[in-house]
Amino acid sequence: MSSELMIEMKNVHKWFGELHVLNNINLEINKGEKIVICGPSGSGKSTLIRCINRLEEHQRGNIIVEGTELTNDSRSIERIRGEVGMVFQQFNLFPHLSILDNCSLAPIWVRKLPKAEAKEKAMEYLKRVQIDDQAHKYPAQLSGGQQQRAAIARALCMEPRIMLFDEPTSALDPEMIKEVLDVMVGLAQGGMTMIVVTHEMGFAKEVADSIIFMDEGQIVEAKNPKDFFDNPESERTKTFLSQIL
Amino acid sequence: MSTANKEIGPPVIELGAMGWLRKNLFSNWYNSLLTIFGLYLLYVLIPPLVNWIFLDANFTGSTRDDCTNEGACWIFIQQNIKLIFYGLYPTEELWRINIVYLILLISGAYLLIPNLKYKGWVGAFLLIIFPIICVVMLSGGLGLEAVETRLWGGLFLTLVIAGVGIVLSLPIGVMLALGRRSKLPVVSILCTIFIEIWRGVPLITVLFMASNMFPLFMPEGVNFDKLIRALIGVMFFSAAYLAEVVRGGLQAMPKGQYEASQAVGLTYWRMMALVILPQSLKMVIPAIIGSFIAIFKDTTLVLVIGLFDFLGIIQFVGTNPDWLGFSHEGYVFAAAVFWVFCYAMSWYSQRLEKKLDTGR
Repeated sequence: MSSELMIEMKNVHKWFGELHVLNNINLEINKGEKIVICGPSGSGKSTLIRCINRLEEHQRGNIIVEGTELTNDSRSIERIRGEVGMVFQQFNLFPHLSILDNCSLAPIWVRKLPKAEAKEKAMEYLKRVQIDDQAHKYPAQLSGGQQQRAAIARALCMEPRIMLFDEPTSALDPEMIKEVLDVMVGLAQGGMTMIVVTHEMGFAKEVADSIIFMDEGQIVEAKNPKDFFDNPESERTKTFLSQIL
Repeated sequence: MSTANKEIGPPVIELGAMGWLRKNLFSNWYNSLLTIFGLYLLYVLIPPLVNWIFLDANFTGSTRDDCTNEGACWIFIQQNIKLIFYGLYPTEELWRINIVYLILLISGAYLLIPNLKYKGWVGAFLLIIFPIICVVMLSGGLGLEAVETRLWGGLFLTLVIAGVGIVLSLPIGVMLALGRRSKLPVVSILCTIFIEIWRGVPLITVLFMASNMFPLFMPEGVNFDKLIRALIGVMFFSAAYLAEVVRGGLQAMPKGQYEASQAVGLTYWRMMALVILPQSLKMVIPAIIGSFIAIFKDTTLVLVIGLFDFLGIIQFVGTNPDWLGFSHEGYVFAAAVFWVFCYAMSWYSQRLEKKLDTGR
């Protein structure tokens, strides 16, 4: 694999008040790598990926995304957000816009694409997640699985180089989880750099290059899937695995 | 057994007019009592009102002596209609006001008809070009004779004050609401102070200030038109209330909408304009229209600074010795006209809500 460095986190710390939610995070992610982050709730895994596109601000250390360091400078934040797509647990589609408009909004206003071109591209991605037939409906008319796929298409329309997934299947009914995971697997096979916070261990086994286990704001263990499941070192990882597998 | 059930309908007792009556009006003894009492009240109130307003009323004639019937003397309104609708605006220039009304009516109707093209352009015309037309047509210029604002009055003046107040106060209110929620402390504090000061003062005080105090602060010789001062007062007063209404809508927005907009790279103003405001304004449409209705009715207070709005002029006309003693007719007429305008706004608000509903 080419080792073009996409994301670099060095000694990153963050506190919510007194609570140390990220404690000395060091992480390097290369182009095309798929990272799965798991851990108990409150372990800081969501906060970690939300720091990468500055939905949360880190307080110490450095985060460098594609050579741009995240600072308070709004231009660096804008540039990085343009390269990083994000999918949320609660989908967060814009309920007042049709699915197609959800997808073409940012390309039109941020990328400055002509309307027709943006819509064409949106249809392309909607086809890829297999909901092009729903393009003119509103989010509330879609099932959870369809909404999450639309949200993935919305992120992809910005043609990001990195995709962040924050528990993308946790809010879904069980029978809809697979359709979303299938889309994500397809994306992974296409070579996208992905960081996925999830408890779907089957997905982790299938696509992850590396699984990171977090607890109390720290990275406890980071290994390839085989070693992670077969030879976890730390007691905390073992306990966690025994609870979710 | 289950096949037989298909032939069973609801009990006959609940069907038809009798069923409806029984269910809604006579379901038990106190409901029946209320129904009977309600009917009695209607019987006592409605026939005399109808008699006074329509059946026994006087519609034709030209002086008070023609009002020979028992009921209302609508000749009073009829004879003073020019004053009531246009104030002291010169009669030979009234066509200017009427043309403005006509333009407003046509473009407004165009916007109300569904599925027409170029609505965006018509809307832009109404918001940008129409106000300029209004200023030139109404106050004069470009070859039109100047008409001083002290001659403006009646329903025309009410519509000018309410219209300007409503149209300008919404954008100002939105900006104030955004400012109050700003992360920059200076902006937030300034907006908060502004809102709270205007909301903490009665409109009547604002109008007095605008009319009597404000000129004292101005340099010698600078003289703002009294109407413009009143307009500015009404506008900020209404904006402060709207700001709080809009802020309520902003606060009801889920955090995820902000995050999703930021994640796709929208800047603050685009996020607000494209994602947050369209949703939060939609949520508070009823409250916004409520504010508009309140402002529309509050314009009657401009009487205290010597502007003769619709209600003011009706009272004024009632003091004319030729027409003394017809204030009932005047007030009933005023109430009816106010009701028509306010109900129209209310109706439009409901229509808008339905139209914008995307089944969240």
